[in-house]
Amino acid sequence: MMRPDTEAELADAIGSATGPIRVEGGGTRATGGGGAVLRTGGLSGITLYEPGALTMVARAGTPLAEVEAALAAEGQRLPFEPMDHRGLLGTKGEPTIGGVFAANVSGPRRIAVGAARDFLLGVRFVDGAGRIVANGGRVMKNVTGYDLVKLMAGSRGTLGVLSEVSFKVLPRPAAVATLRLSGLSDVDAVTALARALGSPWEVSGAAHAPDRAATLIRIEGSEASVRYRAGALQKLLAGFGAAEIVTDGAENAGLWAAIRDVAAFQAGSGDVWRLSVKPSDAPRIVAALPECRALYDWGGGLVWLLAPEGKHMAAIREAVSAAGGHATRLRGDGPGAYPPQPPAIAALEAGLRARFDPRGILNPGLMGD
Amino acid sequence: MEMPPPDPAILARQPELVKRLSGALSAGAVISDPAETRAYECDALTAYRCAPLAVVLPSSTQEVAAVLRICHDMRVPVVPRGSGTSLAGGALPGGDCVVLGVARMTAVLETDYANRFIRVQAGRTNLSVTGAVEADGFFYAPDPSSQLACAIAGNIAMNSGGAHCLKYGVTTNNLLGVTLVLMDGTVTELGGAHLDAGGLDLLGLVCGSEGQLGVVTEATLRILPRPEGARPVLIGFDSSEVAGACVSDIIKAGVLPVAIEFMDRPCIRACEAFASAGYPDCEALLIVEVEGSEAEIDEQLGVILQIARRHDPVELRESGSEEESAAIWLGRKSAFGAMGQIGDYMCLDGTIPVSELPRVLRRISEMSEEFGLRVGNVFHAGDGNMHPLILYDANKPGDLETCEAFGAEILKLCVEVGGCLTGEHGVGVEKRDLMAHQYTPDDLEAQMAVKDVFDPKWLLNPAKVFPLAASEPRRVAAE
Ligand SMILES: Cc1cc2nc3c(=O)[nH]c(=O)nc-3n(C[C@H](O)[C@H](O)[C@H](O)COP(=O)(O)OP(=O)(O)OC[C@H]3O[C@@H](n4cnc5c(N)ncnc54)[C@H](O)[C@@H]3O)c2cc1C
Ligand SMILES: Cc1cc2nc3c(=O)[nH]c(=O)nc-3n(C[C@H](O)[C@H](O)[C@H](O)COP(=O)(O)OP(=O)(O)OC[C@H]3O[C@@H](n4cnc5c(N)ncnc54)[C@H](O)[C@@H]3O)c2cc1C
Repeated sequence: MMRPDTEAELADAIGSATGPIRVEGGGTRATGGGGAVLRTGGLSGITLYEPGALTMVARAGTPLAEVEAALAAEGQRLPFEPMDHRGLLGTKGEPTIGGVFAANVSGPRRIAVGAARDFLLGVRFVDGAGRIVANGGRVMKNVTGYDLVKLMAGSRGTLGVLSEVSFKVLPRPAAVATLRLSGLSDVDAVTALARALGSPWEVSGAAHAPDRAATLIRIEGSEASVRYRAGALQKLLAGFGAAEIVTDGAENAGLWAAIRDVAAFQAGSGDVWRLSVKPSDAPRIVAALPECRALYDWGGGLVWLLAPEGKHMAAIREAVSAAGGHATRLRGDGPGAYPPQPPAIAALEAGLRARFDPRGILNPGLMGD
Repeated sequence: MEMPPPDPAILARQPELVKRLSGALSAGAVISDPAETRAYECDALTAYRCAPLAVVLPSSTQEVAAVLRICHDMRVPVVPRGSGTSLAGGALPGGDCVVLGVARMTAVLETDYANRFIRVQAGRTNLSVTGAVEADGFFYAPDPSSQLACAIAGNIAMNSGGAHCLKYGVTTNNLLGVTLVLMDGTVTELGGAHLDAGGLDLLGLVCGSEGQLGVVTEATLRILPRPEGARPVLIGFDSSEVAGACVSDIIKAGVLPVAIEFMDRPCIRACEAFASAGYPDCEALLIVEVEGSEAEIDEQLGVILQIARRHDPVELRESGSEEESAAIWLGRKSAFGAMGQIGDYMCLDGTIPVSELPRVLRRISEMSEEFGLRVGNVFHAGDGNMHPLILYDANKPGDLETCEAFGAEILKLCVEVGGCLTGEHGVGVEKRDLMAHQYTPDDLEAQMAVKDVFDPKWLLNPAKVFPLAASEPRRVAAE
């Protein structure tokens, strides 16, 4: 196992590697794959935090918990609400900030503020040849050269190993409330969520849990503003039934953590799929898949699907690609977890891998070849 | 500024090229008469001009693909062009280049309010995207000051920003998908009406790639419901330091304005002379705008005014009506025009960490003395994106060169304090040769490797973004 403590050691470790490397942050993802383990935990620590500029710089192996605690102390937070995968994947370990960005992990608030990739301002990484590369920086507006920051976000260690990330944070609002509608069909729920998201009242969470027939709409801000907007949304959605308003902070936190971490599918077995689709397509896609249970987030744009173990892969892929979108299997065994790409895109991706990792040693096969 | 000399072999093939292009496009879509190609000799960086070999104005993705196949086949470099408002020379052609303009591709292809997106052809102007949805209560958020003229294609290529990106982000944060035609004519779809990439984030990579990776012909854009209302407040200070500290305190307090704009005294005076906006004659001025219902606006402005008062403002002007809001914005919106009245100017675009504002402003005014050129500062203070406007006289020999040298020093300073060379205008030809100040050879190599993959022959907008010396081996090898 390799556990470099500095970026230079990281560059050495990768440069002198002779075989495949498996990059691990907190190791909270379940699937392995072969290769020598490279742990990023030695590259740890927040190197700069300017609350007045809404920016933080941290080494990639810094535990997510440490980042969140530092932000909380200044009344700020990671706006994109990264999920904790441990419950769903049955893994242990401490998620790292590098892992979060490497997998572009975003939760319910993504629909309002953007994904992890939208908040990543700069990266330092070591590519597969052992070269140290910097891109972006720590300022919010930066178009100097190509945006390799976006390329690295979500590349899951297949193009390089992040050594440092800088990112934008936002203030934590004073109040939160959730409107809860009950008994809606999937189609009606997604319609109600679209109505809410299309209103000027800045919805920061829009989910539907068919299991409980609960449709949830979150708003955040100052006390007065949240009260006002909750009332306005209640009126707007009157046609969908009487909405209950949840204002208790702890109850809200629980509700949205359950959506974020897909609590409904944590216990028991079955494959868990993550579908990114056009929101209004979601109910139809779900209805066409037999034996599957669904949880809708992002107003329907993100569907968590629980499928019987090893079944329906072809049907899921077919349904999603016919409508436009993509599906990734987060839990479950066997090949094909990542969506296959059309030939022209696959060629570009393969070309980039060949450039950034000429020996093909970084997480080989993880995202396809 | 140097451009690679045109390749005589390509120049010699012009008649054949024009013939093949004319065969592939509808009548009137190919321009080769030197009297007409002159109209495409520059963008808004007018100091540099060069008429292209030919101009094509295709009407569809298929026509764009046909043009690119021909140029690829004949090894002719192509410069994509939207509306030609780039301030970085991004759309500046070389003499052996075909300019591919998307100005005829302006259609709205799909509007979807339930899923909050619009799909347009890429030549559509920024403002007319909002125009297509505003009657239904929606808008497209990125709002560059050039929005009346600039095209979505150029916005995507430059990852353009605007005054309101503190809250809404820049182009890349509002772009859901593109149709991208590669240099060999291959048509690809990146993203769409869904969120995030299934594989690598190629959409994120293409946004901001300055027309070097492919030609964007269509775009899916996120649209947002219009807020109930918006109102600005104007705050004047007798020092830039204090104004900078006020910005930082506002952000720390947890209110998130949609815009925080900053102007310094030279700029305030120019705007007053030009637009008579009624600005106070002070050292620094902030315009802070918030959104929401009337009550929400009052609440947020209350917090902001309370913070501002702690910093001893010389002027505090809260807008109470649409007319007063317009008056507050009037000067800011005419800033570039106002400076243009005084003389020729060069507009810089570096970004700095907000905390470095006072130091950088002080240093710029010292340098202004050293170089003997006046400079006014107007910028997006919330995100540190500066726009120093250096005044010079284009008719005075040597003045442009002095201005360029001064500009380069300011940009180096931005990098030195932890910022970057360009926050929203792009590198183009203008900042190409400064890239080595921000990036190491390995950093640049990684970026150029991306171009190798998308455009192995380096035919798309080849002499931009990278220092000429750094890209030369690739450009030459591809010939
Ligand atoms: C097949 C599969 C697909 C997944 N898809 C998604 C998804 O689409 N969306 C989502 O939100 N989550 C997804 N996850 C979960 C996510 O990868 C992790 O749970 C999360 O990143 C936790 O961080 P960690 O520090 O524990 O990272 P790890 O679990 O250790 O690593 C996460 C990924 O990032 C890479 N990585 C970690 N650190 C670095 C670094 N410093 N530099 C470069 N790469 C690094 C790893 O190689 C791995 O590919 C997926 C997991 C699996 C098993
Ligand atoms: C008065 C003024 C104010 C401005 N204010 C702002 C501002 O507030 N914020 C801001 O960010 N910018 C601003 N700009 C700069 C400029 O307007 C932007 O960069 C704009 O996005 C350029 O759009 P365009 O359509 O004019 O592109 P062009 O100038 O035609 O081209 C710009 C770049 O895009 C590439 N390109 C064009 N079309 C395509 C295509 N179809 N496919 C691929 N690449 C393509 C070109 O090759 C070139 O590199 C301002 C400019 C002016 C003159």
